[in-house]
Amino acid sequence: MKFGVPKEVFEGEARVALTPESAKQLQKLGYDCAIETGAGALAGFSDKDYEEAGVEVIKTAPALWKDCDIVAKVRQPNETEMKRLKKGQTLISFFNPGGNEEGMETAKAKGANVIAMEMVPRISRAQKMDALSSMANIAGYRAVIEAGNNFGRFFTGQITAAGKVPPAKVLVVGAGVAGLAAIGTSTSLGAVTYAFDVRPEVAEQVESMGAEFVYLDFEEEQQDGAATGGYASVSSPEFREAQLAKFRELAPEMDIVITTALIPNREAPELWTKDMVEAMKPGSVIVDLAAEKGGNCKLTVKDEKIVTDNGVTIIGYTDFPSRMATQASTLYATNIRHMMTDLTPEKDGQINHNMEDDVIRGATVTYEGEITFPPPPPKVAAIAAKPKEKVKEKTPEEKRAEEVAAFKAQTKQQVTLIAVGAVLLLGVGLVAPASFMQHFIVFVLSVFVGFQVIWNVSHSLHTPLMAVTNAISSIIILGALLQIGSGNWLVILLAALSVFMAGINIFGGFLVTRRMLAMFQKS
Amino acid sequence: MDFGFTTAAYVVAAVLFILSLGGLSGQESAKRAVWYGIAGMALAVFATLIGPGAGLWLLSLILIAAGGIIGWYVANKVEMTEMPQLVAAMHSLVGLAAVFVGFNAHFVMGHVAGLHGGEDLGTFAALVAHKSPVELNILKVELFLGIFIGAVTFTGSVIAYGKLAGKVSSAAKKLPGGHALNAGAAALSLICLIWYFNTGGLFPVILMTLAALFIGYHLIMGIGGADMPVVVSMLNSYSGWAAAAIGFSLSNDLLIVVGALVGSSGAILSYIMCKAMNRSFVSVILGGFGGTAGPAMEVEGEQVAIDADGVATALNEADSVIIVPGYGMAVAQAQGAVSELTNKLRAKGKNVRFAIHPVAGRLPGHMNVLLAEAKVPYDIVLEMDEINEDFPDTDVVIVIGSNDIVNPAAQEDPNSPIAGMPVLEVWKAKQVFVSKRGQGTGYSGIENPLFYKENTRMFYGDAKASMNALLPKLD
Repeated sequence: MKFGVPKEVFEGEARVALTPESAKQLQKLGYDCAIETGAGALAGFSDKDYEEAGVEVIKTAPALWKDCDIVAKVRQPNETEMKRLKKGQTLISFFNPGGNEEGMETAKAKGANVIAMEMVPRISRAQKMDALSSMANIAGYRAVIEAGNNFGRFFTGQITAAGKVPPAKVLVVGAGVAGLAAIGTSTSLGAVTYAFDVRPEVAEQVESMGAEFVYLDFEEEQQDGAATGGYASVSSPEFREAQLAKFRELAPEMDIVITTALIPNREAPELWTKDMVEAMKPGSVIVDLAAEKGGNCKLTVKDEKIVTDNGVTIIGYTDFPSRMATQASTLYATNIRHMMTDLTPEKDGQINHNMEDDVIRGATVTYEGEITFPPPPPKVAAIAAKPKEKVKEKTPEEKRAEEVAAFKAQTKQQVTLIAVGAVLLLGVGLVAPASFMQHFIVFVLSVFVGFQVIWNVSHSLHTPLMAVTNAISSIIILGALLQIGSGNWLVILLAALSVFMAGINIFGGFLVTRRMLAMFQKS
Repeated sequence: MDFGFTTAAYVVAAVLFILSLGGLSGQESAKRAVWYGIAGMALAVFATLIGPGAGLWLLSLILIAAGGIIGWYVANKVEMTEMPQLVAAMHSLVGLAAVFVGFNAHFVMGHVAGLHGGEDLGTFAALVAHKSPVELNILKVELFLGIFIGAVTFTGSVIAYGKLAGKVSSAAKKLPGGHALNAGAAALSLICLIWYFNTGGLFPVILMTLAALFIGYHLIMGIGGADMPVVVSMLNSYSGWAAAAIGFSLSNDLLIVVGALVGSSGAILSYIMCKAMNRSFVSVILGGFGGTAGPAMEVEGEQVAIDADGVATALNEADSVIIVPGYGMAVAQAQGAVSELTNKLRAKGKNVRFAIHPVAGRLPGHMNVLLAEAKVPYDIVLEMDEINEDFPDTDVVIVIGSNDIVNPAAQEDPNSPIAGMPVLEVWKAKQVFVSKRGQGTGYSGIENPLFYKENTRMFYGDAKASMNALLPKLD
């Protein structure tokens, strides 16, 4: 089947859903790859690069849509593109199914199968195709870079001959993928970073990235974030108040604020109010990653950078991933490629649209002329393990006491064993004749010697030990040899057989042991 | 030659055997130890051949040589992965030999006991002829025991061999009636003993032999494949006790000494294996896993697969790697590929070690032998107790074909059938890769929560193919 990628038509979109690298991987899955001419130009991939990777370059978009069985895109397709869909065609793209009734209806009418990349369920197995996360990662990184670009000071604190520079203070609101990426970038630039999230369970992640988690003095039964598939949910008014109060307290100190709070399919919550902006120092920067959904700050203007009256820069760009088109395209193309891998279990270049598979089912919004959105909840839930109770460390006294007790128990056990053994031995001695007792003493002593000797055998030599004891146990041959001289033919026959079998055992056992031991060598 | 020389030779041989077993405490001294064993055996056979009583020594020599050739051939041909089968098969030979020798003792006794004369019937006969009635009774008990243990060892080993070689289904199977049948057979044997004690006839002996053969068969049939290390060492122990019992009946001290040595060594090995599984010897012998207190913990989450590229990347980045081999490695004959992987990683200055659980594989120490065969240096192959504390500081753990021995349920789920069994704590490492054929449960059929852990990735496929796929990807 043919896998094609058109040039993005959305203005300013520089990303592309296919890279020469991912094309090679797709070809390994059995697909022919095609790309519209100039599609990768803005992301730094020339038509020549694609051709070298064996990708067919198609001149126009309509020809590409017509030619290909599978079309992959980055941005939600516009009306013209939707009209180009045909029956049985598979479209893989961001689709915004929650706010794109019309698009789904068109796809349904056309009979195309649409896989929406933002609908990939958040389970471990699907991480490799989670394009939201990979794009958010870039957005988080870029947000810090943009902030730095508009911020007049160093991030890191320095004491130089020319004076002391205080470190920048960065607050990241919302510790999702983008937030965590922003935290990581900001701390590695040397800023003092604070982070806040409504889900207290992410505090550990925040701290692991080197930022300080901002706790609220607020007691409420928190909804487990894992129950909503790892996304934040709407919080109560009381909680919101406590949160805003905390932000107000922090606002004057912060140099850079990066807000990333989004709730799926809702307008972004207002977290950074006008008075907070006014409380900030001149020259401070706010980067609002939620600008597309109205912004966490109401002053944010979508796709623009504004400066408020008190000199605070507010950045409302929505195209952070596109601003790093090469990186974003590489990651997105890989996400798409993983999706194709899951769609092609046989690696035969044929799509197997398995609606039983949680990931594929979850991401599919129209399938064979039906709208399949919203999907049922995934069958397997990814649930975080409950924290384990800590085992209490034992004090030295307790340890000592335990050792003493163990020693006493051992002594007691040994004494009992010896006593019982002695009594038994005496009992046997009372009734058995002397000739038997002679042998019996030899027997008991040998058992004792055996016990003492074998305890020292090292673990790794247990197999050779078995082979050797096996070889040695063919000492039974002595019995047979003693009997073979008897007159009775039956005795001779049985003894001869025994000698023969024991012979096999002696040689086999010892040789195999030798072979094994010869293999053990020191490094 | 007279008795004096034979006895002296026996003493020397016994010392040599003890040294031989004692020498197995270290890899280097073990190489010498085998020679002690060989020398001891040669001396014992030689002394017996030229000593009093042995006749037909030419026939004996020919038979020993013929057996030797077969033994030599088998020992050289056998694959190291087939070691468990071989050991089990050889135990069956000892068991059968013990049965034969026991029967012979009975025949001779029946023939001679009444004569009380010094006719020239061979030493053993002469010996028997001089016995008092009490001694004769004791002799009866001894040879009866010898035959009984020998017969159990024989069928038991044959079944163990079949299970290990895959010729008999390794699942635990019992005839209807279960242990009652075994108990019945044992009771029958006891009745036969009393009967034999009073009459001295051949029939009770044969009846008892049949019962013992059945016990051996049924007992081992009822034990699952995962318990085979215990079974093999137990049979090893039995073959020793059989030899010791025969030694009593033949009044031969060397047989007693060696039988006791082998018997106690097998018993200790069984004990060590049982301890490693946190199960009592009785519950292993009775087959199946012990009863559980409640429903097992539900395993949540999913198994995440990974391909060779992913594993290779992680290995390239890791500083410390621990490999945990299991029976799956033996089955796939992957030890060579694993060894190559180890060499490659070590050449890059990474700290690569092996963690061996005491019951990994189907024979005590099975994994050590396989790794040694593949030329993995033994000083990087560590036991569970030596390495378990190092897992939290380890970057990557590769689990190759083992399951129950790395099952966290043993520690986390008090209702798990393997609760309390010491396991390798691989899940504490930063990343765990499990090389496994498919999604199925392990030998014991217990779900393994390790496979669902967040830091675990499943590397599906045949262990050998998987390892070979990794090799070219390590730069």
